[in-house]
Amino acid sequence: MRVLVCVKRVPAVAGLITLTEDERAIDTKYVGFQVGPHEECAVEEAVRLVEAHGGESVVLTLGPAEALEQLREAMSIGANRAIHLVTDGADWDAESTAGAIVGAIRADEAANGPFDVVLVGNEAADSGGYQVGVRIARALGRPAVTGIKGLSVADGTARAEQEAASGRNVFEVKLPAVVAVLEGINLPRYPSVPGRLRAKSKPVASSSPDRPAQRLEMRRLVVPATEAKQAQVLGRGAEAAQAVVELLSSVGVL
Amino acid sequence: MATVLVLVTTADGAADKVALQALALGRQLADGGAVHALVIGDAAAAAELGAWGASSVHLAQHPQLDAPAPDAAARILDDLAGSLGATFVVGPGTEEGNTVLARAAARAGLPFAANCSAVTPGSPVTVTRSRWGGSLLEEAAIHADRVILTAAAHVFEAVDTGGSADVAAFTPALDDADLAVRVVGRVPAPSGGVSLSDAKVVVSGGRGAGSADGFGPVVELAGLLGAAVGCSRAVTIAGWRPHTEQVGQTGTKIAPELYIAAGVSGATQHLAGCKGAKRILAINKDPEAPIMTAADYAVIGDMAEVLPAISAAIRRARGA
Ligand SMILES: Cc1cc2nc3c(=O)[nH]c(=O)nc-3n(C[C@H](O)[C@H](O)[C@H](O)COP(=O)(O)OP(=O)(O)OC[C@H]3O[C@@H](n4cnc5c(N)ncnc54)[C@H](O)[C@@H]3O)c2cc1C
Repeated sequence: MRVLVCVKRVPAVAGLITLTEDERAIDTKYVGFQVGPHEECAVEEAVRLVEAHGGESVVLTLGPAEALEQLREAMSIGANRAIHLVTDGADWDAESTAGAIVGAIRADEAANGPFDVVLVGNEAADSGGYQVGVRIARALGRPAVTGIKGLSVADGTARAEQEAASGRNVFEVKLPAVVAVLEGINLPRYPSVPGRLRAKSKPVASSSPDRPAQRLEMRRLVVPATEAKQAQVLGRGAEAAQAVVELLSSVGVL
Repeated sequence: MATVLVLVTTADGAADKVALQALALGRQLADGGAVHALVIGDAAAAAELGAWGASSVHLAQHPQLDAPAPDAAARILDDLAGSLGATFVVGPGTEEGNTVLARAAARAGLPFAANCSAVTPGSPVTVTRSRWGGSLLEEAAIHADRVILTAAAHVFEAVDTGGSADVAAFTPALDDADLAVRVVGRVPAPSGGVSLSDAKVVVSGGRGAGSADGFGPVVELAGLLGAAVGCSRAVTIAGWRPHTEQVGQTGTKIAPELYIAAGVSGATQHLAGCKGAKRILAINKDPEAPIMTAADYAVIGDMAEVLPAISAAIRRARGA
């Protein structure tokens, strides 16, 4: 089985978000980078599929030269090799991102045969576009399932589960297919030291696709105004318990 | 004036709340023009939509559409947008709405803007949309003759216009390929427990719980209050609690009357999931933790002492 998993390098913001002066990016002077949680799980899922069925898992990113770090991270938990579509760091809209990935998939498949499963995160952690997976699927004429929190593959069919109002919806699609996953589908492993060492020598194929005109053209980022609050301190330590009980009863939740 | 088509998703005979909000956005964009609503399969829900601002309702009925089939929905939406000459195609900013509108855009070879909180007509149309689960906003221009987007949840107010609209039922053209992705079964939810997204009270623990066992007092207090148990991502990736309990951007979005967050620092992605809470009580040993500027009330202290003391005080209050 051949599995491709697509990831995106994003800043690991936690506290207040600050922007660059041109307001077109997050100021990352003091923050690290990671792939989004959905994609961490997608990588884990790719590695598990290959552990269960044999074959190879390939991790792909469209991103700046530094995104090599995220590719190595994925290879350190078991992805076999990587495809790096190198950008100059500019934002790519989802439509152009999917287009570049489709180009890379076609090139790899021409040499190595089809990917049975293409995994993507359900939505990118930063841009939240909800569409790269379905665009890839459409271009390649494959089925796509989205919002997936459970996946199993047997006899050329993927069974995929999606959370719904009361329970889970089950899809069954023929492979090859595109699967957009959510965090919670699995609990990703941590890379081991030998895993990290092995990742250093795994192959990375790089190319630099052209960035097409952006039809969803990001012009400016804005940090939403939130009402600045300061919590009223009810007390310290165990002694605050009585004040909390009074609060609970005054808001009617006791 | 513009012609607008809105996908109204439904469940059990009623339109989804966010879909009615999308209809309100559609009405605003039409600016006096036609507001078409598309409903797949659900006749009871379709009958209500005139009152929520639709000027005409299209009800797609097909024997194969008894179960959700997102590509079929996208095809019907795209075909109808074409025949109506719609300049805006709008849907709800939900998992279902986003996937169907994204698929419709992919079919049509057009851009798609998910989770918009403002839309300004013009050439080009500009939108404000959510990034980072709403912790950051993006202003963007959409370069397309037909603008395909979803309305961010709980931004636009559904308006009961008291109007009425004819419902035109039709049988859409569908191929096997449109039905390749279709729900073929259901796994019922495990019974019992309080649903996190609907809970009136949520008690969460964060990394400050220290271990899986450190959740004992969180679960105990939640039990006493009939509350749902929540947690932060630091907790789920440590394997202390299941992901179904995670509150935040990549977890569940909650909107309780009271949110009690113990040992949670208040990262933006966590706050993205609990900003719908009416009141927040933070329990944290660090008086400078970021959550202090998002919370209404705070107790400064070790959650391992504070939570059991609160539970004991509740028992005393109830015993008295
Ligand atoms: C794309 C993306 C998506 C994310 N999605 C989510 C999400 O959905 N949900 C989510 O929660 N996070 C999410 N995160 C992670 C988020 O950035 C934080 O890392 C996470 O929320 C931190 O969890 P925490 O508050 O429990 O831990 P920490 O940030 O480590 O905070 C622990 C807090 O506990 C306090 N504390 C420690 N010991 C005690 C004690 N004994 N008693 C009382 N207080 C104590 C500390 O003072 C501190 O404030 C996401 C991150 C990214 C990049």
